[in-house]
Amino acid sequence: MTKKTNQTDYNFAFLDEGSKREIRRSILHAIAVPGYQVPFGSRELPIGRGWGTGGIQLTMSLIGPHDKLKVIDQGNDDSVNAVSIKNLICRTTGVETTTDTAEADIIQSRHRVPEEPLREDQVLVLQVPQPEPLRGVDPHEEVTRQLHADGEYTGIWVNLFELLLTKGSPFRGADHPVMADGRYVMNPSPIPRYDNPKLHQAQCLYLFGAGREKKIYAIPPHTDVVSLAFEDHPFRQEDLSGRKCRLCGAENVFFDELFDEATGQRYYQCSDTGYCQKRRRQQAQQRGEQQ
Amino acid sequence: MTQTRQPILEGRKITVRFGPGCDYCRSHPEIEKGRCPHCHTIWAVRDVDFQLYPGEILGIVGESGSGKSTLLRTLYFDRPATQGEAYLSLYHQGQANILEASSQQKRYLRNHLMGMVYQNPTMGLRMRLSSGANVAEKLIAAGNRNAGQMIGRSQQLLRHVEIPVERMKDPPCVFSGGMQQRVQISKATANNPPILLLDEVTTGLDLSVQAKVLDLIRSIQKELGIAMMIVSHDLGVIRMMADRTMVMLGGRVVEEGLTDQILEDPLHAYTQTLVSSLL
Repeated sequence: MTKKTNQTDYNFAFLDEGSKREIRRSILHAIAVPGYQVPFGSRELPIGRGWGTGGIQLTMSLIGPHDKLKVIDQGNDDSVNAVSIKNLICRTTGVETTTDTAEADIIQSRHRVPEEPLREDQVLVLQVPQPEPLRGVDPHEEVTRQLHADGEYTGIWVNLFELLLTKGSPFRGADHPVMADGRYVMNPSPIPRYDNPKLHQAQCLYLFGAGREKKIYAIPPHTDVVSLAFEDHPFRQEDLSGRKCRLCGAENVFFDELFDEATGQRYYQCSDTGYCQKRRRQQAQQRGEQQ
Repeated sequence: MTQTRQPILEGRKITVRFGPGCDYCRSHPEIEKGRCPHCHTIWAVRDVDFQLYPGEILGIVGESGSGKSTLLRTLYFDRPATQGEAYLSLYHQGQANILEASSQQKRYLRNHLMGMVYQNPTMGLRMRLSSGANVAEKLIAAGNRNAGQMIGRSQQLLRHVEIPVERMKDPPCVFSGGMQQRVQISKATANNPPILLLDEVTTGLDLSVQAKVLDLIRSIQKELGIAMMIVSHDLGVIRMMADRTMVMLGGRVVEEGLTDQILEDPLHAYTQTLVSSLL
């Protein structure tokens, strides 16, 4: 017979207090130097490395009993990864969860920044598979650390130049590198390029956790975050003009693209499901009031 | 010759050692093959002095393992010197030892004041990137952030070394050995550096391609007035290219002088053997 896990079987938020303290110290270090990757002792969790363990450890070390949590996976509140993470955190903390971005104190996300602008009292924790923007330039940690120390980012610029030469555009679809506070180039986790401008002079605190790679980095509120771009090719987001969410009718948001093989038609719907549901609730409410 | 002028690059007592060294090898500079029989330390380059003058080509010859390439790579900061000094007249008015510069300063020197062409193109080129991006790497490293300008300059440089512009998007791994060397040359000269270091650039190429590459280097040297250090174990290459020549053996310079003088009237026994084996 399997025993159902409950909150009292573990320390609050699963991790022991010493581990949480160490992670919080690393977070403070990361906040003090925007974009700098702070090594930390990534703990074993009941979830495979590479499945959001960096983000979970950040969330676990920050969350308090009265916080409200939102977990999204590529904008989706109900994906398997998001639900599993939510279950783990809720079972070991007993905190409330929400799908409404505005209600949440801590938002853990994989590959998206929510559509609704975040406030100063909110923290967005992003799960990062590969924190090192120079990893494609050199596989050795010793070398990449020296390159960061010297501010030597030629390799990243060469890769962007290569994209321009061979693909016609110097921009990556996701994980387009950014310069944080004019000092460190960092990977903004694989968020779509569409979300990069949301990092610049944001109200909230962005925390990035890479459990497998054992690194934490941060963008504190009101920090300059500039997406890398050549002088004659200014940074631009994906062109989503003319698209509309098939469910809530939203424009100017990031969309998931759906293809109906039977009809050959393409549909778009909000990638941020919480935002889409909220809009639809508001629309239904307005319709009810009008009737 | 130009000896009354200030050298553009001067090396003093440059030593590169692999191993800790012991009392015996420290006190015996002429150990055989540069390898200590007691502690097995290899003295790849030992107490090498040289001067490179503006616009001249300095040849370095010697057998395999004599320290020629190690000397060049040390000057290009690919490997650290154990001891010694090197002065570049364009860096701090020739008053600062470039071998002790910070890693940032060394990068500045590599990107602005020096170019290097390696014997093995995989060391000088990123084989998975396009040739255009390989050439542009030097421009980016020197601070250029205008993509249009860099594409134009890369095209110009590749055209200059007779690589068709339409092959600019091809990675060097699909090029022949001669073409790879030519891409390396265009990359090394992208920022018009006053010094170019060439390490066995024609080794492994067939004779007609060798001649083409050497002609190209000669024309670039004449056009841009670049000072060059050219390493080769082929005396034919040295005869064709170098104004002055240094002969190395076991990590040490055994003879130095005008190329004609070295080849016509060698003084050291090793140089005599080298020259007679050519003839």
